[in-house]
Amino acid sequence: MTTVDDQNVHPAELGVPASGASARELTGGRGLAHTPLWRIRLRLLRRSLGITWGLFRQNRMGMFGLALIALFAVMAISHPILMATVWDPAIYDPVDGYDAVMTEFTVVENGALTDEASQIELNQARIELNPMVTVGQVVTIPTQPAPPTFEGEHWHILGTDVHGRDIMSQLLFSTRAAFFLGAVAAITTVLIATSIGAVAAYFGGFVDNALMRFADLILLMPLLPVLILLSAMFSMNMVILGIMIGVLSGFGGVAIVLKSQALAIKVKAFIDAAKVAGGSDWHVIFRHIVPNVLPLSFLFMMFGVTEAIAIESTLSFFGLLNVDMTWGLMIQSARDNGYLLSGTSYWWLLFPAGLAVSFLCFAFFLVGRGMDEVINPRLRAR
Amino acid sequence: MVRFLVGRVAQMAVLFVVFLSIVWLMLQAMPGDISDTLVGNPDIPLATRFELRERLGLDQPLLNQYVTYITNFFRGEMGVSFSRFPQDVSTVLWQALPRTLVLFLSATLLAFWLGFKTGKLIAWRRGAIAEKSLIVSGVFLQTVFYPWFAIVMLWLFGFFLGWFPIGRFIDSNVWQGSPYDSNDIFFAMILSALVAVVLYTVARLVIKRIANNLVTQDRLTTIAGVITVGALVGFWYLRPEWPYVFDIARHTVLPVVTLALVAFGATMLLTRGSMLETLGEDYILTARAKGVPDRVIRDRHAARNALLPVTTSLVLALSFVIGGGIVTETIFSWPGMGLIFLQAINVSDIPLAVGALSITGVLALVGHLVADILYAVLDPRIRIA
Repeated sequence: MTTVDDQNVHPAELGVPASGASARELTGGRGLAHTPLWRIRLRLLRRSLGITWGLFRQNRMGMFGLALIALFAVMAISHPILMATVWDPAIYDPVDGYDAVMTEFTVVENGALTDEASQIELNQARIELNPMVTVGQVVTIPTQPAPPTFEGEHWHILGTDVHGRDIMSQLLFSTRAAFFLGAVAAITTVLIATSIGAVAAYFGGFVDNALMRFADLILLMPLLPVLILLSAMFSMNMVILGIMIGVLSGFGGVAIVLKSQALAIKVKAFIDAAKVAGGSDWHVIFRHIVPNVLPLSFLFMMFGVTEAIAIESTLSFFGLLNVDMTWGLMIQSARDNGYLLSGTSYWWLLFPAGLAVSFLCFAFFLVGRGMDEVINPRLRAR
Repeated sequence: MVRFLVGRVAQMAVLFVVFLSIVWLMLQAMPGDISDTLVGNPDIPLATRFELRERLGLDQPLLNQYVTYITNFFRGEMGVSFSRFPQDVSTVLWQALPRTLVLFLSATLLAFWLGFKTGKLIAWRRGAIAEKSLIVSGVFLQTVFYPWFAIVMLWLFGFFLGWFPIGRFIDSNVWQGSPYDSNDIFFAMILSALVAVVLYTVARLVIKRIANNLVTQDRLTTIAGVITVGALVGFWYLRPEWPYVFDIARHTVLPVVTLALVAFGATMLLTRGSMLETLGEDYILTARAKGVPDRVIRDRHAARNALLPVTTSLVLALSFVIGGGIVTETIFSWPGMGLIFLQAINVSDIPLAVGALSITGVLALVGHLVADILYAVLDPRIRIA
């Protein structure tokens, strides 16, 4: 059991308890010396999280973003469950599934087409069905892309795509991929940027200069074109792409911002106290500076997710990624098959995927803005 | 100021060489070398391939190759494009560069100008319904999936409403039998627009000298702007090239507006935030206490200082505009560098793709330099220190 005499104690933790909390609250009634340190830390963490949550809750747009993220999370979880229970993989698989929805058409004279959804020209019907078709006959033809159908054995809530695959299944399947990529990219960004920022701020001098000049350079690199070139040269999957986005943005702008935050921490008295108590350089950096930079890092994680998802969708929209199915790919397949200007008449090809990318980015961005207001009191409503 | 400029330019030059080196490293990291893609054909004997490697200098030590690569770039020799075979990479890019520059510049300026004006106004009238809806749409514009947004814009204004042509740079029906080259006309258009900008700037400076009242000054600037635009359009209208000029202009509007709209959201939000911070300063309170008119406080005391962080964001907006430019050019079939870059990528035309990326790097650097200079002009603390 660790005690308060332990060298590892964060001086800030033992200082005057912030915002009116008593030592009693932290130790749960027992003496300070008899309470395990991890318990005190846990309570401190819980309390600061409580305060943060209280502030964040006042931001209605941030809460809206959080609710949207929760909705997307439910979507991501529901796909494997639905595939295992209700959906037949042969029909609903996002990549290999196929279902030709049978639609009834009335055959009309050539050039007398008034309603595309329920009528078909004579010549077209003869090509697609058989040459014996006559005008006025009602025929059933398998169609793809098919509009939303709620009839028959297999429902397609958002219709099917050009290859007869269920759009809803693709949409849910891609949610998981987007979350995964966002998490990989954001965690990589924050790991790199926090370490670099803290190291540069702590050591200063040459290390600082070298790291910051490098950050300037990375900041200059046009991210999207570089990633496009890289994905043309190497076969990229989600993990590699996530790490690459993370590395490129982690060494760049985020590192610069986090470094200035770390500089503000470095001059605080508890850093000197830790050094006097015999803490090594790395101990001070990772136990004292990094934890205090983390709130800001977390903020950049939110913006990092937004950026990563946008970049991934754009790259897969260009067809440059080695992935099974993503939102960008859904739009690409609609575009490549000539539905670029279909607009509202084939809305289910373009709108669900486009809106999904936009809304997920929107949600993370809103949460980021909400957290910005928590960390940065000047932004709060007066 | 001169020392500051020289220092920045030198720094940028060094950065550019480092950027080129990274691009070269990326090329080296690619499995095999360029001769593999050239001579994948089994009909070509091994000896030919080695001869080719020798001719391209691929058998030289890495250091020599590196030096050759860098010096060749600065001589403007970026190799021969595979997919457009007889043409040089530099020729292809040189033709596309003006179109990309026009797209970038007009979109950035439009977004910046509109974003700053709107951001200023919504920060001033805090809490209005207009503010809330503008914030939500600003955030949405900033996070919208850009390729999808561009497709929807193209469908809405090009196809559904039919106000603008659907993509491309010129309409071949108009240009059939035309005595002019579209590149020449486009170049003349750029030149005339530049002259108009210079004239307008001079007019603004003169107005600033003449009018001492802020309201008259604003009014006169607006009138000067209207006259400049009118003169520019009138000049072309009276010339025989008018139908061709009009055709190019018509094709330019939609891509520029689409790209500008997305960059607009970010600038507006940032201006609002920085304006709110400035409005909380003591000197604003002093100005109010002195009885300075609201309009003067807003435009002269607050907005001038709120401009600083927004100028910094121009640098960040630049990388966005470059990325967005590729998407815009692809969806609107706008034959600029972005479209050429992507086409080169799709057919593995590595020399052309690398050339386009390097030129994009130059654009990014120049953009940064301009933003730095702007910042120094606006903030004396940087100029003097």
